[in-house]
This record gives sequence, C-alpha cells and structure tokens, in this order.
Amino acid sequence: MNHLGFKIDKVKIASFDFTCCEGCQLQLANKESTLPAFLGLLDIRNFREISSERYDDYDIALIEGSITRSDEIERLKAIRAQAKVLVAFGSCACFGGVNSLKNKIPGEEAVRGVYGDKTVQTMPSTKISDIVPVDLMIPGCPVSKAEVERIIVGVVTRAPNNLPKYPVCVDCKQKLNTCLFDLGEVCLGPVTKAGCDAVCPTGKTVCLGCRGPADDMNFPSFIQIVKEKGLSLDEMHEKLAFYNGFADFLDHES
Amino acid sequence: MIYKVISKTEFRKFIDALVKHNTAYGPRAVDTGKDGKPIYQFMPVTSADEIDFDYTVTHSSAKHLFLPYRDELSRFRFNDEDWEQEVRYEAPPLILIGLRPCDINAINILDEVMLHGPYPSPYYLARRKNTFIIGMDHLPLPDCFCKSMNRHTVNHGFNLFCSDIGDKYYLSINSSKAYTFLKEFMLEEPSYEDNCLLIERRKTIKQSFTTNIEVTGLPVFLDIEFDSPIWQKWGDKCLSCGSCAMVCPTCYCYSVEERFDVDLKGSSRQNHLYSCNLIDFAQVAGGHNFRPRNGDRLKYRYYHHYRGFAANDNQQICVGCNRCGRACLADINPKDVINDLRLERESCMICVSPSPDRT
Repeated sequence: MNHLGFKIDKVKIASFDFTCCEGCQLQLANKESTLPAFLGLLDIRNFREISSERYDDYDIALIEGSITRSDEIERLKAIRAQAKVLVAFGSCACFGGVNSLKNKIPGEEAVRGVYGDKTVQTMPSTKISDIVPVDLMIPGCPVSKAEVERIIVGVVTRAPNNLPKYPVCVDCKQKLNTCLFDLGEVCLGPVTKAGCDAVCPTGKTVCLGCRGPADDMNFPSFIQIVKEKGLSLDEMHEKLAFYNGFADFLDHES
Repeated sequence: MIYKVISKTEFRKFIDALVKHNTAYGPRAVDTGKDGKPIYQFMPVTSADEIDFDYTVTHSSAKHLFLPYRDELSRFRFNDEDWEQEVRYEAPPLILIGLRPCDINAINILDEVMLHGPYPSPYYLARRKNTFIIGMDHLPLPDCFCKSMNRHTVNHGFNLFCSDIGDKYYLSINSSKAYTFLKEFMLEEPSYEDNCLLIERRKTIKQSFTTNIEVTGLPVFLDIEFDSPIWQKWGDKCLSCGSCAMVCPTCYCYSVEERFDVDLKGSSRQNHLYSCNLIDFAQVAGGHNFRPRNGDRLKYRYYHHYRGFAANDNQQICVGCNRCGRACLADINPKDVINDLRLERESCMICVSPSPDRT
C-alpha cells in the first residue's frame, strides 16, 4: 500500500482467546460501516472469529482473556516468544477482569458452584502481565472498536498512539449527562480512564471501571467524597473490585 | 435598544412560532436530583411547551453551542502523493432561549478571546453570527456570585432580553432581526407602572445575592500568593476530572488532534475542548510534564479565571455562575478557595510581622 508517498505495510496480526467470553474479539468483526477498510489494514494470520486460516508468523498478538489454567500459561509464553508486540486486549487480559471475582472464594467452592461434582482444573484468575511482559494495554469490557481502529491506523501510519489519560467525567460532562452522584449513586467515572465515550453513565448506569484507573487519579479524595456524601463504602469497594482494575489501590488501602 | 412589554401568553406564542421553524435550544428539566429538585440543561426544543421558562440554572453552560466539545477544523483528502484540504465555516442558524445575564456576559468574553485577538476564529464567528440569543433575568441562587464579578447585568451581546415583571416581560430589543420577528405579535409601549416594575425587579435581583466574593485587587493578590500552600491543600482534593472546565461558560482551552479515516483516504483535524486540570494538559514531547501536581493545575485554572492571561487582555474571565462549584464532587468552589487564600494571608501578616520590640 502507498500512503502520501510512503510505502505502508499491513499489520501481521493474530488474536488469541484465553479465559474470556470472546466479546472483545467479536468487537473487531463489528462496526460494519468501516469493517472492509479496517480489515484492509490487517494481514490476518490467526483469528478464529474472522478467518479459518491459521499461520504462526505474526508481528502483533492480541490476547483476550485472563489466565486461569496452567496449560494457558504455556500457550501464552509460546505466543509471547513469537510476537514482536503483545497486546493485552480487553479488561480480562489487562486486569484479570470479571473472572477475578472467583478469587474471593475458595477454588473448590467456585468449581462446585459452577460445575457440580465434575473435576475441573482451575487456579485464581490473573492478568496476563503477571505471566509475560505486555507491550500495550487496550482495556474495556468490551474494547471500543473505534479506539482499536485508531490504534491500528496509528501503527500502520507510524503515528503515536495514546489512550486518554484523564477520567471518564470529561466525556460524561461533554454528553451533558446528569452526574450519577447527584442521583445518589456511586459511579467510578472520576477515577476511571476515559476513552469509552462514557457509554455507561450516558445510559444512566454507573461506571464500573472496566478501563482501569485514570493516570494519577486521586483515590484518597474519591474515598473521602463517597464518605462525605453518605454513600456506601461497601458498594464502592464492590464496584472497584468488579473488573479487578483497581487491585493495586485496594491492596494499598487495606 | 428599543423597549416594549409583552404579556407572558403572547410571549409564549412568539417563542412557539420561533422554535417551530428554527433549530432552537432552551432550558429543559432533564432529571430530578436526589434533593428532589429538577436538573436543567440547554436542550433542543421544538415547541414553547417544552421550555421551562421559570427554570433556575442549567447544569452545563451554553458554551458548547459556540465552541463544540469536539469540532472538525478541516478535512484532508489524500490522492497518491498529494493532498487537498477542505475547510468549512458554515453554521446553521440557531435560536438560544433563556440565557442568564452571566451566560451572555460569558459569550461576550468569548467574543474577546475568539474574535478580537491576533488570530480570530472563523469557526466561532460563524456560529456567533448565526445564533439568535434571547436572554432572561432571574433571581440569583444562594451560591450565585455574578454580582461580585459585576456580571449580573448585561447590556449587549443578545438579540432580545426579557425581564420578568409579573404577568408581562419587559423586553429590551437589541437587534433589527428581533424587532422584525416581534412585529407579528402584540407588543405594548412600557407604561409608567411597567417602568416602575422593571426598576423594582432589578432592585430585588440586586438585593437577593447572598454569596459575595471579595475580588478587589485579586490579580495582584494572586501574584503574591503564587507559592501559597493553599493551592496544594485544594489540589489534594481535586480529582483532576475536568468537570469544572466542561460546565464552565468561559473555559475555552483545547487540544488539536488529527484523526485518519480507517481507509487512509482522508483525515480530520479536530479541536477538542480540554481542561487545564487534566493530568496531561501541560505535557510536551518526550513526556515532560510542566504541571504534574494537581495543586499546580488547579492554581493555573484560578489564575486564568481571576487574574487573567495576556490572551484575554488580562481580564478576569469568571462570570460568577458557580457551575464549577456545583459540578465539583470534591466541593472545590471559587468562593471557598479565594476566601481561604485571603484568610491565609491575613493571618500570616499577623504572625510574621509583629510590631518591632520597644527594647
């Protein structure tokens, strides 16, 4: 391909799912209006949602899902060895995700609750950066296709890629939404990284922090605000733990 | 300026005709807060019935109708090794109903910044010229402090201004367009009694302010307090969430981004309203950040508003609407921050400069 006099190459990409719902990968096959153009930028080597062909030579590997079985560790390490750039794709891969909720109860109890007496090998859910080095995180539950498009375009045109550093409130105020704190709810928008277009608060649903903490967010002040407004700290903790994106802050607090 | 009076029933008919045939925005209740009070915003309206004429205050200002939160400055089309740039300034006509004097003053301040500097903004000019503004007075809320900023009255920057004198509005007609529109409706010359009611109304408004901020000499005072620990005290509370700047009627700082189309055949250059409170506002190439501390970022927002920057003729740009104070979850508001600064200096004068010893 030629772009403004520069030769540009398609991105040799592969996508792999670990413990997840595959919803993030499915996002890449959505947004039909720009889908042909988007696929035109990619040389898909391995991506079961999009193509039945399988090749082992790829530059960028998208990893969706968290790690919950020992065989997943070996598979992930093999992908890391092959990929030039490894991307934690979606909240499960970035933080451990919803799967991490099971970490709060004993493993056998979790298995029994879901599978009954069947034997299932499992371990606590971990984010992929606990196992292998990660080059880029694209958080979200699911990821935002528009954001992924911008990142891929940035890779192809060799332009810098930056996720927003600021909290969801910026986008939320730009939508003229009523602040959910004004309606008496605990919303994680003030501490969560923007980039989702405040889709949940726009639908009158509180932010549960699927994109993880905003850069340099003010956690002590946030706790103080929840307290001063007479809102439930337990509810706040439950929400902060939902996607496991705030684990570092919660550990630090206790 | 031409003065007339109009009955409220007739005024509704006028507004109804206006909004039915034009794109219009007016105050509407969008939610009920947990205190049971309605929450208002300037929203699209298509009939007079949708407008809350007796609204208190909108949560966000009307700024984004002149300075959109995200605005395309130009489009680029690429072909082989060349490119074309396309710039559009067109703005569709817009009717804006129910702006308060402080809101209109805010737009007049934006006019100074956007139109009277060395690089006037054609994007802003197009929207400003094509917007028909109907102002309405109101009794101040307990936390309004526009009188302290001397922005509680306005004498230009609108097409029509309505003062509530009971069953009627006292109209200040400030454009031939407004006069022509109103010709179709029943207007009366203000009677002696109407004039008295207007004076009474203005007096009531003036006397109803309960929040006052001492702004005399504030620019110099702020210069002296540049290193005050007060900034970090309030900065420690600041969430750096930018809510204050988003709802503010005069915060105009922005960033510019280039966004390629996914097919790489074109791109869009976009202006994105930003806030000096956001963590990367002063971050430059190489990742260096001139203002990594939230106290410093908060300070610069206050400096811009109460000391003034060269770009806006060293004018104070705050109009005293206190939207930032209401939107701030951490309860950071101009009254408390400025009072805190003044208080600190006063107590400090006492402790560091006692009378010299007589011995």
